[in-house]
Amino acid sequence: MKPFAFSQPQDVDGVLALLASEGARPVAGGTNLLDLMKENVMSPTQLVDINLLGKAGLDKVEEADGGLRLGALARNADTAYHALVKERYPLLSSAILAGASPQLRNMATNGGNLLQRTRCVYFYDVGTPCNKREPGTGCPAKHGVNRQLAILGTSEQCIATHPSDMCVALRALDATVHVRGKGGERAIPFADFHRLPGDRPDLDSTLQPGELITHITVPDADRFRAHSAYIKVRDRLSYAFALVSVAAALDIDAGGTIRAARIALGGVAHKPWRVEEAEAALVGKATGEAAFEAAAERILQGARGYGQNDFKLVLARNAIVQALTTATRGTEHAQGKGNQQPNGERP
Amino acid sequence: MDLYQKYPIRLRINEQDREFDVESWVTLLDLLRERAGLTGTKKGCDHGQCGACTVLVDGKRVNSCLTLAVMQNGHEVTTIEGMAKGNELHPLQQAFIEQDAFQCGYCTPGQICSAAGLIAEGQARCRDDVRELMSGNLCRCGAYPQIARAVIQVMGIEEPDTKKEGFTTGAVLT
Repeated sequence: MKPFAFSQPQDVDGVLALLASEGARPVAGGTNLLDLMKENVMSPTQLVDINLLGKAGLDKVEEADGGLRLGALARNADTAYHALVKERYPLLSSAILAGASPQLRNMATNGGNLLQRTRCVYFYDVGTPCNKREPGTGCPAKHGVNRQLAILGTSEQCIATHPSDMCVALRALDATVHVRGKGGERAIPFADFHRLPGDRPDLDSTLQPGELITHITVPDADRFRAHSAYIKVRDRLSYAFALVSVAAALDIDAGGTIRAARIALGGVAHKPWRVEEAEAALVGKATGEAAFEAAAERILQGARGYGQNDFKLVLARNAIVQALTTATRGTEHAQGKGNQQPNGERP
Repeated sequence: MDLYQKYPIRLRINEQDREFDVESWVTLLDLLRERAGLTGTKKGCDHGQCGACTVLVDGKRVNSCLTLAVMQNGHEVTTIEGMAKGNELHPLQQAFIEQDAFQCGYCTPGQICSAAGLIAEGQARCRDDVRELMSGNLCRCGAYPQIARAVIQVMGIEEPDTKKEGFTTGAVLT
């Protein structure tokens, strides 16, 4: 790591004052930022340790306005295992437990999870060009090692994916990100928080320099509680990033007709991918393969592979159908087994 | 702004109060090994991918390579050296011996600290839960079946079916 200054302010205003200077970055869990600093992918000149803000309540997970309020400093593990989250937001709990390892989930925070950066190998290797790391240098991934990379929403400049599992569930659950900056507070709908690469792949999100995530809110999702599933497909059974993941939630009436649906994908784009039109088309339909395949087709409209990741086109379709099928059967509550085969089946 | 400034920190390591002056970039792992003289905690990948550096901070297992020592000021750290009570091994250490849960032994300190954290977390109910919740600790020798056996022996849950378990080179079991 290159040398940097370090400080530990006591309150949000103290943090914001320090973040105003160029080269300053907040650090909380540090599980991604310190890794990137060791690789010289990121070289902040000043780290602002925001952990003391936990005392100001930023580490709380609690009920708020009939929904959920997740403090930015609450650890991923504490969030996933929180009784309120497990009971009322099993989709979110499952998604968090499908990510990383227990050690990392103990350290990583909710705010940091939103801001983690792509694991594209070219982004991580400072010996290669990368438009996301150094705009204008090129994208070797398009014709190179791209097994992990995006099939939707890509641009000429970048085909990186957002690596989070938690964010896929938050997108499906219509979360809102709350931030504070010098100009005060603002709320960003989850759909608008992460960006597509376009011609500025270096910008992952719409968070502005100097702004700090304070908390995330999730509206009441009671109608989806009984029928949700997070399916994650990866190269090994556990502790790997998604090739494709699907957060699916259904509201089904007694006769098996879909009243509402939510479907978000991870591992396929620069942000959690959701096509609300496909969800709307499911309303009024009977659950079952035909309806689910039609939804998958609509969600994957415009998808294209880059060679090594061509298989994701089929994999994503199958994963969507599988996730909706599993959700139809009923929510399986994650208990440290968020990574087993759907519906408890064994290979 | 002095980038090479040293920061005075105090840690309670294995029930002993210790004081250090550290540069900002010193990780907890490097502090434990290079400054505290506790080389039981291993430096494997140094990127949070292998779990060899796992220690307990305030009772919770973390990758010590991915946190700065200065960020842990005032916290309590338990390493593999703090597991035994005098000459009496921690039950996990004893179980690892009984179940032959190590080969080269490099990952073992992290495995044992991780298992201690797992037990304290109270989320595992069966062997599959244990396997999933030990997934942050890689073992290049492939001693996973024995490691899982050692952990569930200490937890007193579910007898392993040794006939079904056998040898595996991958993650897929049963």
